[in-house]
Amino acid sequence: MNLLHFLAENRMQVLELFLEHLWMVGASTLLAVIIGIPLGIMIAHWPAWNKPVLAGANIIQTIPSLALFGFLLPVPWLGDRAERLAILALALYALLPLIRNTYTGIRGVDPAVVEAARGMGLTERQLLFKVELPLASSVILSGLRIAVVISVGLATIAAAIGAGGLGELIFRGLAMVNNQLILAGAIPAAALALVADFGLGWLERRLRHR
Amino acid sequence: MGQNRGAAIEFRDVSFVLPDGHVVLSHFDLDIRRGETLVLLGRSGSGKTTTLKLVNRLLAPTSGSVYVDGAVPAHGKDLLRLRRRIGYVIQEVGLFPHFTVEKNIGLVPAIEGWPQDRIRPRIQQMLQLVGLDSGLADRYPHQLSGGQRQRVGVARALAADPEILLMDEPFGALDPLTRDELQREFLSLQQRLCKTVLFVTHDLNEALRLGSRIALMEAGKLVTLLSPEEFLRSEDALVSAYVRAFGAGLDAAAQRRVQ
Ligand SMILES: Nc1ncnc2c1ncn2[C@@H]1O[C@H](COP(=O)(O)OP(=O)(O)OP(=O)(O)O)[C@@H](O)[C@H]1O
Ligand SMILES: [Mg+2]
Repeated sequence: MNLLHFLAENRMQVLELFLEHLWMVGASTLLAVIIGIPLGIMIAHWPAWNKPVLAGANIIQTIPSLALFGFLLPVPWLGDRAERLAILALALYALLPLIRNTYTGIRGVDPAVVEAARGMGLTERQLLFKVELPLASSVILSGLRIAVVISVGLATIAAAIGAGGLGELIFRGLAMVNNQLILAGAIPAAALALVADFGLGWLERRLRHR
Repeated sequence: MGQNRGAAIEFRDVSFVLPDGHVVLSHFDLDIRRGETLVLLGRSGSGKTTTLKLVNRLLAPTSGSVYVDGAVPAHGKDLLRLRRRIGYVIQEVGLFPHFTVEKNIGLVPAIEGWPQDRIRPRIQQMLQLVGLDSGLADRYPHQLSGGQRQRVGVARALAADPEILLMDEPFGALDPLTRDELQREFLSLQQRLCKTVLFVTHDLNEALRLGSRIALMEAGKLVTLLSPEEFLRSEDALVSAYVRAFGAGLDAAAQRRVQ
């Protein structure tokens, strides 16, 4: 009961932190998509790059998030603003599911379909945009969904370096041993993750091909 | 340049060897005449599909040359132009699962830059040609039966009016009645269209019925090249083994054709 009360009284602040959170997740996901999908396409076509690229993305994934934030802090330009740094770090974490799913999705296209397309005289570009990417789209989207859900959770930790977002409420709540504050940050974050999961899952099912 | 002016496709001492040293085709020589239906007959793994892929350059020969209309296609644009002039019906059908029947058939005309008002009637014409109801145009491949899918595969290969058709067991995996029907349609179609057809099968009946000549392949080698009549009378050990193996299974239609 008290929680609702708290949320109502501080709605402007919670809303502001929620929007900051959304911005961090959105911007980092966009960055990860711009880098990850082309990388996934690349390793699907040049298998020699497959191992190093996936290994790299895997290693990033194993760095504890607080440590990664810490590592990036002294980097010039980047360290100037905590939010900037958080977006880059979140994007790095989102890379692995995007690269891996783009790769799996493209490799999963029926070889007979690819052969028919080549045999009919499609250019490599047409093959990619008319055949491979559309057929891989639901698998790629499922990678995106995983990336977003992970990002929403990880973005709460970004508050530790002063990047704002819903994590701020959680950290403040931890410091003040105030469960209400913790919940006021955690519940909107969980809701955001659920909505993203549901929405992208719905889109994924719509794009799936029989 | 190729040497035989009457040939649409020429294989000149063509070998195809895999990187691991496995010889798939060895010293293969064959002319396919303009307007004929040449059947490649041979058992599984004898190199039939490989032979087709050498024509549209999905594979390049390790040695020797394959001429199409007297020329060896170069790379890039030439290669694409060549492939768009060659209709290809692949063994696994390979329809685009995310396209409707209509888009599947209209794809090559579309990338060739035909105007929409020419593509639409062309699609209808193709559906009719292969005996499919025009109501199927909006369906997706998974909503079709196996036989309907194979027909769409043939329609797709014919859509841009290619001079050459490569057909890899286009009527495989069908019940005998549907197969018979499709073969009959193929014959009447071929009488009207007179394409140069390279047709792959391992079914002797189909070969006798559809082929103007039959090339028998075995382990990557061309054993003989015979007309259907000659094929049934041949004394060649492998040919007569083939005919014997089919024995009673040799159907009346094929027999009639050669008499
Ligand atoms: N990409 C490949 N990698 C390895 N081996 C291959 C490849 N393509 C073909 N082969 C081998 O080459 C031989 C000929 O294959 P091909 O597909 O041409 O046979 P086919 O006559 O079409 O057989 P089927 O009637 O079963 O379709 C086979 O032994 C096959 O295993
Ligand atoms: Mg084959």
